Amino acid sequence: MESRQIEIVINGQPVKTNVGATVLEAAKSAGIGIPALCYHPDLTVRANCRLCVVEIVGEKGVVPACATKVRDGMKITTESDRVKALRKTNLELIMSQHREECNDCVWLAECKLLKYAADYKAKIDRFPDRKIKFPITKFGPIEFDQTKCIDCRNCVEMCSKQQANFLEVKNRGFETVIEPSKDPKKDCIYCGQCIVHCPAGAIEAVGEFEEIQDLLKDKNKIVVVQFAPSIRASIGETAGMAHGSVVTGQLVAALRRLGFAKVFDVSTAADFTTIEEAEELVQRISQKKVLPMFTSCCPAWVKYVEFYRPDLIQNLTTVKSPQNILGSLIKTYWAEKEKIDPKKIVVISIMPCTAKKYEIDKEEAKILGMKPVDMVLTTRELGRLLKIKKIDLKNLEPEISDDPLGIHTGAAVIYGATGGVMESAIRTAYWRITGSNMTDLVCTSVRGIVGFKSAEVKIGELTLKAAVANGMQNAKLVLDELAKNPAAYDYIEIMACPGGCIGGGGQPLPVDDEIRKKRAAALYRIDCEKEIRVAHENPQVQKIYEEFFKKDQEKIHQVMHTHYGKKSKSRIIDK
Amino acid sequence: MIIEKIKAANLRGRGGAGYPTAAKWEMVMNAPGETKYVICNVSEGEPAVAKDDYILEKYPEVVIEGIRLALEAIKAKSGIIYLRKDYFKKYKSRLKTLIGSLPIEVFEETAGYLGGEETTLLEVIEGKRAEPRFKPPYPPQSGLYLCPTLINNLETFYSVAKIAAGQYKSTRFYTISGDVKKPGVYELAEDRPINKALEETGNLPDFEFFVQAGGGASGQILLQSELDAPLSGAGSIVVYSKKKTDLVGLMKKWTLFFIKENCGKCVPCREGVYRLNEMLLLKSFDVKAALEITAVLKETSFCPFGKGVANSFESLINKLWNQDK
Repeated sequence: MESRQIEIVINGQPVKTNVGATVLEAAKSAGIGIPALCYHPDLTVRANCRLCVVEIVGEKGVVPACATKVRDGMKITTESDRVKALRKTNLELIMSQHREECNDCVWLAECKLLKYAADYKAKIDRFPDRKIKFPITKFGPIEFDQTKCIDCRNCVEMCSKQQANFLEVKNRGFETVIEPSKDPKKDCIYCGQCIVHCPAGAIEAVGEFEEIQDLLKDKNKIVVVQFAPSIRASIGETAGMAHGSVVTGQLVAALRRLGFAKVFDVSTAADFTTIEEAEELVQRISQKKVLPMFTSCCPAWVKYVEFYRPDLIQNLTTVKSPQNILGSLIKTYWAEKEKIDPKKIVVISIMPCTAKKYEIDKEEAKILGMKPVDMVLTTRELGRLLKIKKIDLKNLEPEISDDPLGIHTGAAVIYGATGGVMESAIRTAYWRITGSNMTDLVCTSVRGIVGFKSAEVKIGELTLKAAVANGMQNAKLVLDELAKNPAAYDYIEIMACPGGCIGGGGQPLPVDDEIRKKRAAALYRIDCEKEIRVAHENPQVQKIYEEFFKKDQEKIHQVMHTHYGKKSKSRIIDK
Repeated sequence: MIIEKIKAANLRGRGGAGYPTAAKWEMVMNAPGETKYVICNVSEGEPAVAKDDYILEKYPEVVIEGIRLALEAIKAKSGIIYLRKDYFKKYKSRLKTLIGSLPIEVFEETAGYLGGEETTLLEVIEGKRAEPRFKPPYPPQSGLYLCPTLINNLETFYSVAKIAAGQYKSTRFYTISGDVKKPGVYELAEDRPINKALEETGNLPDFEFFVQAGGGASGQILLQSELDAPLSGAGSIVVYSKKKTDLVGLMKKWTLFFIKENCGKCVPCREGVYRLNEMLLLKSFDVKAALEITAVLKETSFCPFGKGVANSFESLINKLWNQDK
C-alpha cells in the first residue's frame, strides 16, 4: 500500500487514510464499524456476503466497502436507511442458511452474525432454515457442520493458502456446497486455520469436555495437565483480557482449580527439544548427513510432509515435539520418580493447535506402548471449560507450575512464536560448537510475523544458513527454492499457522496480524525477563539428563525421538 | 480509421448493456500492454433471444470481418469466438473455414447464461469456475490472463463490419416471440418504438397484452401504454396475452431459469432467488418479502445477474400483480 495520505469524509467525519486503502479499511482505522462477514485481513477480498455495502455521495447505487478503494475527497455514508434496509434483508437471507446452535459455538459472545442481526433488527427466522438436512463430516480431529455454513468461502481460500486444497466449492447456485475433497491426492493437514477464519462457527475441532470432567472425578487415575508455551499469552483473551496479556501464574492457578493433580509446563520439554535438535543439527552438519534439517514441532507441517512430500521425511528432525516429549517424560521419568504405575497417569495437554489432537494418536509417537498424551484441549476449549466451571482467570492469584517439569528458560517460551524454535536451537548449537554462549542472544533476523525470513549465522568457523517460514504458503516458497537449490539452507523452521503457534488453529477468536503481533511480543517479553535464556542451562533439564538418561542413547531415543512414514488419505466420516 | 467511423455511427454494444463501442475500443487500444485479446461473445444465454444464431446462419463472414477489424485496430495478439455449446456444434467447421489463416480461435462455452457475463466469460476461458470477477479493473484494462481485452457481442462485430463497408443503416436485430402471429428474428431501425416494431412485422396483437422487452428472463415488463419507446437491453420482445397469462406461472418460469443459472457466489443471488422460488412453489407469494429480496438483488448483487432478476420481478409486481390484487 502506498503511504501517501488523503482525506475522505465518513458519515460527516473527516478521516485521513492511505492511498490504496479500501473504504472498509479506512473506516476501521477511524473506529467506524462496517458489518462484514466474508472479509478477513488475512484473505483476498471476495465480496460475497454483501453486508458491507455503503453509499458514496454523488454515486448511484451502493458499493461494497471491502472492495472499493478510497479516492481523495470521497464522501461516504455507512448507515443510511437504505443501506440498513439492504443489510437487514441480506442478513435474513444469510441467517436462513445457518442453523443456530449458539451454546456450542467457537464464537460464543464474539458472534458477528448475532451482533449484526441485533444491530439491523433482522429477523433471523424470517425464512425457514434451508440447510437443516445438510451433512456433518469429520476428518481427523476436525468437524465440519454444513448446516451452519454460509458459503462465504473463507475456509476454502485459507485451505488453499495452507497448501492442503482440501476444502472445495462444489455445485452451483443454491446447491453450492463447501465440502472436504474426495480426491485421494488431497488431505486435511489439521492446522485448523479454516476454523479461525470461519465467521459462522461451522468448523470446529472435536472437543472432549465430558470425558475430561469424568476423568477428573476418577479416583483410580492421576490426571495431570501440561500447557504449551503460547497459551500463557492467549488464554487471557477468553476471559476478556487484552491481547498479549501474560497470565502464566493465573493459568496454573486455574488448572489447579479444575482439579488436575499436577500442572506441568510444556516449555520444560521445549528446552529438551532444543538441546536434542541442536545436537542433531550439529551431527548432520559434521557427519555430512541429509540437509537441510526441518523442524518437526508443528504436527500440521509434519502431516503435510508425510502426505504431500514424503520425499522430505528424511529431512525432518527425529526429535519429538515438546508436547510428546513432556508426555513421554511424565510416563517414564516422573512415574518412576513418584513410583506411580504409568498406566494410571492421564496426561492432558492444553495446546494452541488442532493438529496436536492428531499428533498424540500417531502410532509412532507411543512410549512403552502408551500414548504420550491422552487428550488435547485447545486454548479455546480450555477457555470454555473455565467458563463452565465459573473459574475467572482474571481474579486468580498467580501460582507456579509443579516441579520437576515446570522450570523452563526464556528460549522455551519463544517456541510459541514463529522463529522461536530456530532462535532457541541457534543459541544452544552455538554453545555446543564454540563452547561459549552468544554475546547477543537476540536473533532479530528470524523474529517477526513476516511470512518468510532467512539468516546466515556465524558459529565459529561455520556459517549456518537458516530459514524460517510461517503459514504454509510461505513454506511452499521455501520448498520451491529448495527445488531449485537444494543447498540453499542448512536448517529450516516451519510452522503451518500464520505467526506460528500464537496464531494456531486452536487459539481464541478473532485473530489477525495485530493480535498475532501482540501475542508474540508477550512471549518475547517473557524471554527477555528470564534469567536463564538458553536451554542447555536449564538446571532441571541438566538434572534429568544426569539422573534419568545417564547418557543412555537408547533411552534418549525412546523418550525423545520418533520416526515418520508416508501417510495415505485419511477417512472422511459422515456423522 | 475504423474507430472514428464507429464513433460517427454512434454504435452501442448489442449485448444488452449498450456501452458506446468506440469508447470501449479506444480503451483497449490505449491500455498499456504488449498482448491484447479480442473476444466475440456468442453466449446468447438469455431466453427468447435468438439473433446471434440468426446472424451466424446468414452472415458469418461479416462477423469475422468485424473481428478482423478489431484485431487490426487494437493490435491484438489473437481473437476468440466464444460460442455456446449448441452453436459451437452447429457453426464450428463453417467458422473455421471462414477464419482461414486469421489468428482467431473458436471456443466452446458450457457455462450457460452467466457464462455470457463478460468477466465470467474470462474465467471460463481461463479454465476456472464460472463466476464473475470484481470490477474494476474492467476487461479493457485487465481481461483475459490480465491482458487488455476487447469483448463485444457478435452483433456488435457484425455492425462494425457494416460500418466499415459503408452499409450500416443503424439497425439492430429483434427476436419477437410469444403470443404473436409471426415469431422470428427481424432487422429493424434501432430507434424504432416497440409498438411500431410489432406493427411492421405483423405482430401487433388485437387483444389486451403486455410485453417483456430486453430479454426473456431479465427483461422488463412493459404495458401496452409504454410501447412508444425504442427497445433497450437485449434484442428481444416477448408478447403475452393479458387474459391468458398466469402471472405466478410466468414468475415460476423465471425463477426456474435463474435458480439454475446463478453461480452461487453472492448472497442476494444464491439465497434471494432461492427464496423467490420457494415462495412461488409454496403458493405463499409475499409481495413485501419479494420486493425486499429484489431490492438486494438490484442493489447489492455482485454482478449484473441480480439486477436482471430484479428487473423482471419488480416490473411485473409493480405493473401487473399489485394492479390485479
